Amino acid sequence: MQPIQANDVQNALDQLIGKDLYLHLETTNGAYANHNNESVLTVNAYIRNGKVTPLSGKIMGIGPFRVGLKIELGWIYAEGLTHWEIDSEGRLLLAGHDQEGRLAVALQLSSSPFDV
Amino acid sequence: MNDHLLVIFPHPDDEAFGVSGTIAKHTKKGSPVTYICLTLGQMGRNMGNPPFATRESLPLIRQKELENACAAVGIEDLRQFGLRDKTIEFEDEQLLAEQFLSVIDEVKPATIITFYPGYSVHPDHEATGRAVVRAVKSMDESARPELLCVAFARNSEENLGAPHIVTDVSDVFEDKMNCIKAHRSQTQWLVNSVEKDPAMLEWVQKERFWRYPL
Repeated sequence: MQPIQANDVQNALDQLIGKDLYLHLETTNGAYANHNNESVLTVNAYIRNGKVTPLSGKIMGIGPFRVGLKIELGWIYAEGLTHWEIDSEGRLLLAGHDQEGRLAVALQLSSSPFDV
Repeated sequence: MNDHLLVIFPHPDDEAFGVSGTIAKHTKKGSPVTYICLTLGQMGRNMGNPPFATRESLPLIRQKELENACAAVGIEDLRQFGLRDKTIEFEDEQLLAEQFLSVIDEVKPATIITFYPGYSVHPDHEATGRAVVRAVKSMDESARPELLCVAFARNSEENLGAPHIVTDVSDVFEDKMNCIKAHRSQTQWLVNSVEKDPAMLEWVQKERFWRYPL
C-alpha cells in the first residue's frame, strides 16, 4: 500500500460514484486490547459485502484522512486512513495503520464481492 | 502403540506460541501430528511495518506462512477448515464438533491439544475449545483421547491451579523459533522480545497444559 495522497484517492472515489459496489468497512483495536490493558475496551466491528451505491464521496483532512460517502438513505464514514491502493482486481482499498503498522480501520469498495 | 497427536486451533500462529515445541518433539520421535487450523486469520491487525499486506492479500500470505510453520516442526497433515477469522463463535457448534469427530475417528489420536474454554481470551479460541470439548464428551468414555488445553487468561492459574503438564522444549528451541518466525506477518514482536527479554525466553522454552476435566 502507498501513503495516501488525497488527490489520488479523490480521483479514485470519483470513478465510483453511481456504481453498484460491495463495501468492506472495519474498525478494530485488536481482540487482545482488554487482555493487554484492562482499562481499554476491546472493540471490533466489520461489515463485509454490504451492497452500496455512492451518490458522492470525499476525502478530507491533512492526514490521517477521513472519507465520507453519501448513499441514498444515509452515510458511510471512516476516520484514521493512512494508506491506499487500487489492487490487482481493481478494488479501492483504504486502510489506517497505527505506528506499529497494525490495521486499525479499513474502507474498501469493489465492483465484485470480496472473498469470504 | 498409537501416539498420534491432534492439534486444533482457529488461527495460523496459535500453534506457534504454546505448542510448537511439543509438536516438534513429537515429530522428531517419528510420531504423527495432525493440525486442524480453522481459519486463515484473515482479520489480523499486523500488516508489517511499513505495511506489506492488505486486508485482501493477508489470507494468502498467512496461508503460506502456515505451511512454512508446519514444515518447520515436521507437521505433514495440515487440515484447513476454511472458516473465517472472528466468526467461529457464530457458527453451529454441534456441526463443528461433528467435523472434529470425523477427523478424530479417522486419525484416532492418543492426545488432543486445543484452547481451554473460559481461559483463552479470544472469542475464536473459546469457541474452538468448546466445540472440541463437545466432540470429545460425545465419545464413549473408553474411546476418548487425552484432552490437553492451553490457557492464558490472567486468572488461569488462580482458578485452574498450576498447569498439569509443563514440557521443557529447549531441546527443540530452534525448530520452535523457526515455526514462530514463519508467521512473519504476526510474530515479529515476539521474535524481538525473545531475543531481548530473559523472561520471554524462559516462557517460550516451557509449554504449559491443563488436562480438561471430562
